Amino acid sequence: MWGRIRALVVKEFRSLWKDPKVRGVLVLPPLIQVIIFAYAANFDVSQARLGIWDEDRSVHSRALVERFEISDAFRRIETIDNPQAASAAIAAERVVAVLHIGPRFAADLLAGRPARVQILIDGRRSNTAQIVNGYAGRIVEAFARERVGTGGGVALVTRAWFNPNLESQWYILPGLVAMLTFSMTMMVTALSVARERELGTFDQLLVTPLRPTEILVGKTIPPVVIGFGEAHLMLAAAVFWFEVPFTGSLLLLYGSLIVFLLSGVGIGLAVSSVSQTQQQAILGVFLYLTPAIILSGYATPIANMPEWCQWLSLLTPNRYMLVLSRGIFLEALPLELAWPQLWPMAVIGVATMAFATWLFRKRLG
Amino acid sequence: MDEAAPIVAIDGLVKRFLARGRTTTALDGLSARILPGRITGIVGPDGAGKTTLMRLIAGLLLPDAGSIRVLGRDAVAEAEAIQAEIGYMPQRFGLYEELSAAENLALYADLHRIDAAARAQRFAELLRFTGLAPFQDRRAGKLSGGMKQKLGLACALLARPRLLLLDEPSVGVDPVSRRELWRIVENLVGEGITVLWSTAYLDEAERCAEVLLIDGGTLLAAGRPAEFAARMDGRSYAVAVPESGRRALQRRLARDPAVVDAQIQGAAVRIVLAEGAPAPAGAVRVAPRLEDAFVARLAHVRARGESARPTLAARAAADGPAIETRALVRDFGSFRAVDGISFSVARGEVFGLLGPNGAGKSTTFKMLCGLLPPSSGTARVAGVDLGHAPARARERLGYMAQRFSLYGDLSVRENLEFFGGACNLRGARLGARIDWVLDGFGLRAVAAALSGELPLGYKQRLALGCALIHEPEILFLDEPTSGVDPLSRREFWSQIGLLADHGVTVLVTSHFMEEAEYCDRLCLIYRGRTIAMGTPDGLKRRAASAALPDPTLDDAFVHLVADYDREHPP
Repeated sequence: MWGRIRALVVKEFRSLWKDPKVRGVLVLPPLIQVIIFAYAANFDVSQARLGIWDEDRSVHSRALVERFEISDAFRRIETIDNPQAASAAIAAERVVAVLHIGPRFAADLLAGRPARVQILIDGRRSNTAQIVNGYAGRIVEAFARERVGTGGGVALVTRAWFNPNLESQWYILPGLVAMLTFSMTMMVTALSVARERELGTFDQLLVTPLRPTEILVGKTIPPVVIGFGEAHLMLAAAVFWFEVPFTGSLLLLYGSLIVFLLSGVGIGLAVSSVSQTQQQAILGVFLYLTPAIILSGYATPIANMPEWCQWLSLLTPNRYMLVLSRGIFLEALPLELAWPQLWPMAVIGVATMAFATWLFRKRLG
Repeated sequence: MDEAAPIVAIDGLVKRFLARGRTTTALDGLSARILPGRITGIVGPDGAGKTTLMRLIAGLLLPDAGSIRVLGRDAVAEAEAIQAEIGYMPQRFGLYEELSAAENLALYADLHRIDAAARAQRFAELLRFTGLAPFQDRRAGKLSGGMKQKLGLACALLARPRLLLLDEPSVGVDPVSRRELWRIVENLVGEGITVLWSTAYLDEAERCAEVLLIDGGTLLAAGRPAEFAARMDGRSYAVAVPESGRRALQRRLARDPAVVDAQIQGAAVRIVLAEGAPAPAGAVRVAPRLEDAFVARLAHVRARGESARPTLAARAAADGPAIETRALVRDFGSFRAVDGISFSVARGEVFGLLGPNGAGKSTTFKMLCGLLPPSSGTARVAGVDLGHAPARARERLGYMAQRFSLYGDLSVRENLEFFGGACNLRGARLGARIDWVLDGFGLRAVAAALSGELPLGYKQRLALGCALIHEPEILFLDEPTSGVDPLSRREFWSQIGLLADHGVTVLVTSHFMEEAEYCDRLCLIYRGRTIAMGTPDGLKRRAASAALPDPTLDDAFVHLVADYDREHPP
């Protein structure tokens, strides 16, 4: 039995490797994708375009404006002197926010009255707006504390654990590695059976003494090996290029990755069993992958989703791997905390493999 | 002697293709004249340049040198004007399988900008003409091979072309449908349309008014089929033998330098003698055929004796039949594709499954090699019940699919390694078996070449080699030589004959009656049932009549199918 499986595995690797196009597709795009995505999908806001509308024009107001200007988060784009100009600048997206300092700012400040500063933000970009709002609040707060002196007041000191500078790449990259490896593995798997069907070699394969289960095993090993290799490529990019700290156990990451890839291969094989052509297989993978990525919590937190979506997300292996990958990278996740994520993934893997075997046999019968 | 101006004039035509840094010459200075109002056959083996020639005439390719004039116009400068006046049916006509027959016609009518008023009448005409009217709402993908070709023909005829180019229209079409196709095309000639029909089958070329013999991109000869045959007069003989010893006799005769061609035909071996060679004792003179001239001609061009002969060990005789089916039934939904087929094949027998497209022949074949479970009934292969231990049965059979279905991106050796490994061979044993295939089938020189880039004849040998790597007791062949040229066909069948004489059982499905002649016994399947079983000569005798005292197997096939329809109206 193992001799037959070995023959099939060797053949699969040869087929994949002989094709220079496939060879290129397997190595370069994952690397390019990880780099492009990591730079492109960035939640941090820097150099936000700011309009300054200073009606006070005092030493104090200028000092506040200066604080905005020297911060990395903002840069002054426009000086504004009336409400119409302020709304026009935001409407035309020339600026993200306008800092409005009223005419009595210095007077209020010196008299010990509450001095008001207004920040007008472009709410169409809600995510950026929230971040800009947070930054602006912090700058104004620091300014006030210094000028007025809180004396015996209470100051809030925030410290972010695991990611002290709140670098969003630290958060994105471990998830990205999982997502890209998964898509690649699923695609390779789904195409392999469909390709044989399309070329007419599948019947020839079925007439050999290879049993259906052996064919499935032989079709499972190469994508898992390839996915594993690609994950390494991307992990190296994350650690050495983007300098994301790797704090956890490499062994645990490997174990999780293999369970994760097996579940992906199971889904890929199920798609392949029902596809007659490579085109159908690609469509099938897409049909699964897009919602699975959204539901996995890769882009938006699962806790923000309606309850039925949260239930649905339990069916996507990506959801668990995302937690594992981030956990192992950033917080040295121990096995006992990894376990609640590992077993559902293994259940999904076994279930999809069984389903693929069943579909496979059914198509034969 | 023909005063009519040629409808196609070709002079010094050269066409080269560049692929993977290599230049291949498809046409090498070909000159020919095609005369109006008749069917001209373009005859030649695969890779001879038939399709390239068709595409050049249709103005779809540009020649590298030489000129073509079609309907008085230059095929390069006035390609569009020519295309408006010709109909071209490529080997795989671009039918849209998801659309119905009528929708396909409508689509091509749109492409040809046929106005709505003329359309209804033209559709009705073409559907009646091709006999497709009852099937016009059926999806093209669900039509049989013959019906697809007729629909393709109807689409090509929409714009009332003056010249019709048909590229191997009869591949994958059964004898009954093939006759209908010929009848349709001959009617077209009656309406004044000129037809160009390319084929690798010479019995078909015999029906053309004129043939162009092409090989290696050059014109070997041109003329009327009867003229070719006449030149071979006195060289064609039949040597009678008991059916049991005919393969040995055929092999002996094929090795005789005085014999150009030796071919099994029922209980006789038909031979073509070298020029001036005396006839062997007891041989009966028979009428020469176009094929005799072609083979004699090609045998000159190609080196003889290149045909590879694997050495085989005699097999210990085992008990019981090699293949046995009892009341085999297969249903697809409410449709019963196979309706109680029973037969038994002895060890070392070459057994043929014949039948029109869609008769249940392929379904039966698939059940026997374990690709499809039967709905009821039993099938035993090499003594193993396919229903109980399909994998064990598969270890003892070899399978060669209809199309080339090995891994084209792997080398010859890698293909053998894979199929050997899948069949439980490894180590020294696998090495020895691979050597056996490489040497026995003359593949040693191309062992490292990608199998997808081999010439068709070599692919065929490799496919057979892969099927035989584990020394199976039973060999399944699905239309093995469809589209293969006469010489490769002969080589292939001589290898099969040798295997059978060494105790390998061979089950073959076929559309081409020449292949069927090589079988010891035939089973004719029609409408899911066995309607005739017997030796090739036995089936021919059943079709013999006063009007047709010496029917061909093709005649017998058509006759038996028609008889069954008469006795069992659908």
